[in-house]
Amino acid sequence: MKKLCVVLDEREVQDNPFQPDMWRIVRRYPLTSDVNFYQARPVDVDEALKMNYLPGQFIMLSIPGEGEAPFCISSTPSRPGLLEFCIRKMGTLTSSLFDLKENQTVGIRGPYGNSFPIDKMEGKDIMIVAGGMGVAPLRSLLLYILDNRDRFGKVTYLHGAKNPGEMLFREEFFQLKERDDLNCLLTVDKDDTGKWTERTGLITTLFKELGPIDSKNTYAAVCGPPIMYKFVMENLVKLGIPKHQILMTLERRMKCGVGKCGHCAIEYLYTCIDGPVFTYWDVLHMKELIGRGVSDKVIA
Amino acid sequence: MMILKMKKEDLPAFLESAKQWGELWGPTTKEEQTAYSKVDGLSQMDLKATRTMIPPKKFLYPPRFTMFDFDEEGFVERTGDVPKRILFGLHPCDIHGILIMDKLFLETYKDPYYAERREKTLLLGHSCIPDDKCMCFATNTDFVAEGFDLFFTDLKMFYLVWVGSSRGHDLVRMRADLFSRNLDKNDILNYTEYRKWKTAQFKAKIDLTGMPDIFELGYNSPVWDELAEKCLSCGQCSMVCPTCNCYNVVDEVELGTVEGTRDRFWDSCMFREYSVVAGGHNFRDKRADRLRLWYTHKLQAFIGEFGKPACVGCGRCVSTCPVDINVATVSKALKEQEVGK
Ligand SMILES: Cc1cc2nc3c(=O)[nH]c(=O)nc-3n(C[C@H](O)[C@H](O)[C@H](O)COP(=O)(O)OP(=O)(O)OC[C@H]3O[C@@H](n4cnc5c(N)ncnc54)[C@H](O)[C@@H]3O)c2cc1C
Ligand code: SF4
Ligand code: SF4
Repeated sequence: MKKLCVVLDEREVQDNPFQPDMWRIVRRYPLTSDVNFYQARPVDVDEALKMNYLPGQFIMLSIPGEGEAPFCISSTPSRPGLLEFCIRKMGTLTSSLFDLKENQTVGIRGPYGNSFPIDKMEGKDIMIVAGGMGVAPLRSLLLYILDNRDRFGKVTYLHGAKNPGEMLFREEFFQLKERDDLNCLLTVDKDDTGKWTERTGLITTLFKELGPIDSKNTYAAVCGPPIMYKFVMENLVKLGIPKHQILMTLERRMKCGVGKCGHCAIEYLYTCIDGPVFTYWDVLHMKELIGRGVSDKVIA
Repeated sequence: MMILKMKKEDLPAFLESAKQWGELWGPTTKEEQTAYSKVDGLSQMDLKATRTMIPPKKFLYPPRFTMFDFDEEGFVERTGDVPKRILFGLHPCDIHGILIMDKLFLETYKDPYYAERREKTLLLGHSCIPDDKCMCFATNTDFVAEGFDLFFTDLKMFYLVWVGSSRGHDLVRMRADLFSRNLDKNDILNYTEYRKWKTAQFKAKIDLTGMPDIFELGYNSPVWDELAEKCLSCGQCSMVCPTCNCYNVVDEVELGTVEGTRDRFWDSCMFREYSVVAGGHNFRDKRADRLRLWYTHKLQAFIGEFGKPACVGCGRCVSTCPVDINVATVSKALKEQEVGK
């Protein structure tokens, strides 16, 4: 147990963790009807290489006057100097973000959160299962792994979307299909275009195509809408992947990102500093998530 | 720790000299409500009052303040406009409450706003007279050994003065003539007597042993729904609890401009909107879920994390909640599986 004590005279006021730095939006384009892609660079170029982050971490993004909210980083630290996000239009702040033009600035502070446990995942086979907006943090992980390809074993990427128009980063993932060091399987629930060349059906149907899995030697990272979790978790557990090697991210209301404002508490854990990446084993112990009436909403 | 002795009649002179350091604040009572006010000296203070309505957290973490001024260019930190204050008359539970706040606000990502106020505030504790709402005996916070700059224990003719920090020692040195290092046998006997007397004052019925297990077992207990039927979600309990730290943040824009302030203000997990996210989903839509979160945090989760409850037994929830929901009634209801009338 840590001692509940501060030595007053040793204390001094340090950097302000709530201070947003200004970043410029350098690219911005729609990914789907209600999700935009953003690429940002620091206004102060000297700051560009100081943003040290890991896949799975998030930042707090502000527009002065419109507020501040958490967003996953979708870019990879292996390509430094810029940050990328995919953002769904939901309310006040995100709508203002949609009105923003290229070359305008936003406030960013971070990175926050625990990230995917990269050191533990190195040397292991990796299975990534992304549904809907769950691609936001998982794209960071996937790109990171591909940029450091020789440090990981077999890599499988499963991605599901409602229909072809809703698939985020569609072209990017089609290109990845060409690589022979990655098993990339894409599916849509329903093909409303008649031109879809990949699988159709729920993401769980992709599991049938996986072939043999070295399950004890595999880390799975899952992110998607709540209903997806239920079935994907069942499948992963059936495959024999240990529950503490199944990773997922949780979404909660956050006002600070640094464990002060209280909003993201789940029992004694704070999603912002103890998460947002948790193992399935952690989550099984969160009574509030399985408890009565409290729905199991994880990042969507 | 250094313990000194001071004649009781010397306290006004000591406080007068301490005022050179900063504003003097102490408990004052008006129309039966006790609150910390800025005072000239001891004569204006009410040292017999058991508790102030709002705990001293408000000095370190004000109910509402501006974090940043902003315009299109960005955000400029607003610090530096905090006066130096001496808080006199803090009780052991108050100081334990501040130690918990220190833990939350000063460790992993130091909060500069809290740190600045903590730095500019001297904490001068004073022994207290427990009433029937005090529960610090059950939370092990009835005495305090750290966190203060000075602590005065009233032994009728004398004060024993614990010197808890270098800054506290500086105050003592400003009037070294009022303090003595010579403690004798009688001082020890008087102090022992005082502890015995204080311990005998507690009348509240509360026993928090085994609470983490009882919360675990009672997670789905209908007791939560019964309590929730009474609760008004008014959030008063959070405002008065010395260990409630939750806050909200809002950008206030000056009409017709792009300038404004980013403000931070006290929030409560008892409020319905507390866990709402974009799209309107509410993780704790039911009042029972919010009530359980509040009490689980105080009496179970915090113990699991830090080995002690996040309740310092101050009794403010007892004197404040309009429908009698408090640490004593909730822990009893969970144990007996019945909500008392
Ligand atoms: C760790 C984490 C990562 C996230 N990553 C992404 C991402 O990559 N892309 C994306 O589109 N969205 C992401 N979100 C959700 C995003 O934060 C919300 O969509 C956003 O807060 C909505 O703000 P708003 O002002 O547009 O909505 P409003 O409904 O107007 O929000 C009002 C306020 O509620 C709070 N709030 C509302 N919803 C959420 C929420 N889901 N999480 C936290 N606070 C909320 C915000 O503080 C906001 O100021 C993430 C959330 C978390 C916790
Ligand atoms: S427990 Fe009491 S004080 Fe707290 S919100 Fe409910 S009614 Fe208000
Ligand atoms: S829970 Fe009640 S008794 Fe405990 S510290 Fe908070 S207000 Fe005081």
